[in-house]
Amino acid sequence: MKLTLPAFIGRIAFSALAALIGAAFALPLLWFLFAPFNARAELGLAIPDPWTLSNFVTVFGNSFAVQALWNSLIQSVGGVILVGAAATLAAYALSRSSLPGKGAVTYILLLFSSVVSGSAAMVPIFLIVSAAGLIDTHLAVILTFAGGLLPTAMFILRDFIDSIPKSYEESAMVAGASPVQAFFDVALPVIRPGIVVVVVWGFVNIWGSFLIPFILLRSDDQMPASVAIYSFYSEAGTPIVTLLAAYSLIYSLPVIALYLFVSWKFGFRFFGGIKA
Amino acid sequence: MASVEFSNVTKIFGNFNAVSDVSFSIGDGEFVCLLGPSGCGKTTSLRMIAGLETPTSGKLLIGGEDVTHYHPKDRQISMVFQDYALYPHMNLADNIAYPLKVRGKSVTERHGRAKEVADVLKIGHLLDRLPSQISGGQQQRTSLARALVYPSQVYLFDEPLSNLDAKLRLEARGFLNHLQRDMGMTAVYVTHDQAEAMALATRIAVMDQGKIVQYASPIEIYRRPATTFVANFVGNPPMNLVPVEAVQGDGQLRPSADGLVLGGLAMSSGIGTALGAGKTLTLGIRPEHLSIAEPGAANTIAGKLFANENMGPESLVTIERPDGSRVTARIFTDDHIALDQAVKLSFSSEHVHLFDGAGNRIPADGETPI
Ligand SMILES: Nc1ncnc2c1ncn2[C@@H]1O[C@H](COP(=O)(O)OP(=O)(O)OP(=O)(O)O)[C@@H](O)[C@H]1O
Ligand SMILES: [Mg+2]
Repeated sequence: MKLTLPAFIGRIAFSALAALIGAAFALPLLWFLFAPFNARAELGLAIPDPWTLSNFVTVFGNSFAVQALWNSLIQSVGGVILVGAAATLAAYALSRSSLPGKGAVTYILLLFSSVVSGSAAMVPIFLIVSAAGLIDTHLAVILTFAGGLLPTAMFILRDFIDSIPKSYEESAMVAGASPVQAFFDVALPVIRPGIVVVVVWGFVNIWGSFLIPFILLRSDDQMPASVAIYSFYSEAGTPIVTLLAAYSLIYSLPVIALYLFVSWKFGFRFFGGIKA
Repeated sequence: MASVEFSNVTKIFGNFNAVSDVSFSIGDGEFVCLLGPSGCGKTTSLRMIAGLETPTSGKLLIGGEDVTHYHPKDRQISMVFQDYALYPHMNLADNIAYPLKVRGKSVTERHGRAKEVADVLKIGHLLDRLPSQISGGQQQRTSLARALVYPSQVYLFDEPLSNLDAKLRLEARGFLNHLQRDMGMTAVYVTHDQAEAMALATRIAVMDQGKIVQYASPIEIYRRPATTFVANFVGNPPMNLVPVEAVQGDGQLRPSADGLVLGGLAMSSGIGTALGAGKTLTLGIRPEHLSIAEPGAANTIAGKLFANENMGPESLVTIERPDGSRVTARIFTDDHIALDQAVKLSFSSEHVHLFDGAGNRIPADGETPI
C-alpha cells in the first residue's frame, strides 16, 4: 500500500509527538535511576560521573532511615496478613452462605471503606485509636489499614469466589470431608490466586501510605519509610537530593520485588473451573 | 450398598416448588434413573439424597435410617458431578484418592488404590497429570474413579455423560452398565436422555414439574406409559399422539379422526366409559409399530408424504395429516423405499395406546392398571 504525501507527513508528526510525550514520562524515571548513583545529584537529569554507591553508604549509616524501612515492613506485612486472612474468610462466607441481605452488607461496607481510609475520617480515627491507648504503636497503623482495606478486599475476593463452582466443595463433602476440610483442601487452593491479588494490592497500599502513620505515630523509631523520606532535609529545609534519591530507590525495591515474585510464582493467572 | 427411600419429600425454593410431595423407594442394588425434561427437579432430588439440599418437608431414608438432616460426609455416598468437579490443583492420583485422604488413609494405600481404580478405567498412565491436561472423556473417567475408589452405600450420578461426544457417551454408558452388573451397586442416575435411562436403569422414575409421573421398569414404561407425557418422552422418535373424538357407529361410540380407520380395535369397557364422558381422547402409536399399509389392512392412518429419511437399517417416514399434525413411522427395510404423495400407514390393534381427556392411560381389557 502506498501512502499519500499528507498521510505520510501526518504519520511522522504523530510519531514525533508520541516520542515527545514518551520522553516526558521517561525523564523522571531516568532521574530516579541515575541520581542515586551520582554523588553530586541535583534536580536536573545528569549521567553520574563517576558512578558511585556513596549515597547508599550514607543512607545505611542513618539508623533512623534503616529503622524506618524495617517499620514499613512490619506494618505492611502485619496489615496484609490481617487483611488477607480476614477478607478470605469473610468473602468465602459471603459467597457460599445463603444469608439474606449479604449483597447489601458488602456494598455498604465498600461505601464506608473509602471514608475510613480517607482524610475526612482522620480526626475520629485519631480519637478512637487514642481512646484505645494505641497511639504510637505499629498495631494502630495495622488495624486502621485493615479496617480501611478490608471491605474492598472482601469485595474483590467475593467476586472471585462467586465465579468458582460450588461443586468443588460439594464433591469434597460428599467424599467425606467436613466443611472445614473442604475449605482448606479444596476451596483455599483454588481461591489462592485471588488472595495473592488482594495481598499485593494491600501491601502496595500500606507501603506507600503517608497520612495514617504520620498521624497515628509519634516517636522516630515507629515511623515507616514513607514518613522517614521527609527527614532528608537540611536544617534550612532544602532537600538533600543525593540521599533522597538513594532512599527512594531502596524504598521502591520491595514493591518491585513483590510484583516480580508474584508474577513468577503465579503469573497473575487464575485456575478457574474445568468444564469440557 | 443400601436402599433409599423418599417419604413425602417436598423442596421449595423461595415460592417455587422444585419437588412436590414425592414418595418412592429404591431397592438395595437397584439402578434407578430419574428421567425428565429440564427443570423438573431431578438434580434437586439427587442433591437431597446427597445432603447438599435439605428437604423443606418429608423424610429421606438411606438403608432404613432417617438421614434427612445428616451432613453429606456422614451419609457414605459417592457422587459424580455433571461438571466433574475435579480439583484443579491436584493431580489425578490425588483427585481420585481424595475420599481416602479424608478418611485418614496412608499415602501408600491411597496411591495404590487410586492406581487400581484408574487402571480399570484406563487412565492409569495419566495419574500425575493435572485435570487441565487431560481430555473431557478422561476427566469424566477420573470423576468416576473418584466415586468408585471407596465403597459407598449409594452412588449418585448427575448427567455424568452429558459433556461427552456421542461416541464416548455410548462407550461410557456401556461401561456403567457393565459396572452395575459387576458390582450390583445401588445407584441413582439423573438424565434427560431417555435412551440412557432405558439402557442403564432397572427402574425409571419419570418426573415432570416436581412430581413422579411413572416409576416402573424401562420395558413397562415403554410398553405401557402411564400418561401422554411419558409416552411422548420415552422412545426415539417419541410416540405419535393423535387426538380422536367419539362418534356414533354400529349403535356404540367409537373413536374417530380424519384419515383414521380403526377396523380391528376391540372396544374395551374402559374406552367406552372414557368416550361416554364426551371428551377428546388421545390415540398413541409408536413409530416402530407403523408400517406401509398393505391392501385390506384393518387399522390405518393416512396423510400426504412429508419426509422420508433413510437412517441406514431403517427409514423414518413422516406423513402430514389434514389437520397439519404429523405421524412418523420407523420402517425397517434394506432399501430406501420410494413413496407416492398419498401414504397410508397400518398398525395392529395390540399396539394402540389410548389416553383419556386428562392424558391418563386407559388400560386395555385384561391389562392391570398401573
Ligand atoms: N438453589 C435454587 N434456588 C432457586 N431455584 C432453584 C434452585 N435450584 C433449583 N431451582 C429450581 O428448581 C427447579 C428444578 O431444578 P433442578 O436443578 O432440580 O432441575 P433438573 O431437573 O435437574 O433440570 P436440568 O435437566 O436442567 O438439570 C428449576 O426450575 C430450578 O430453577
Ligand atoms: Mg440437573
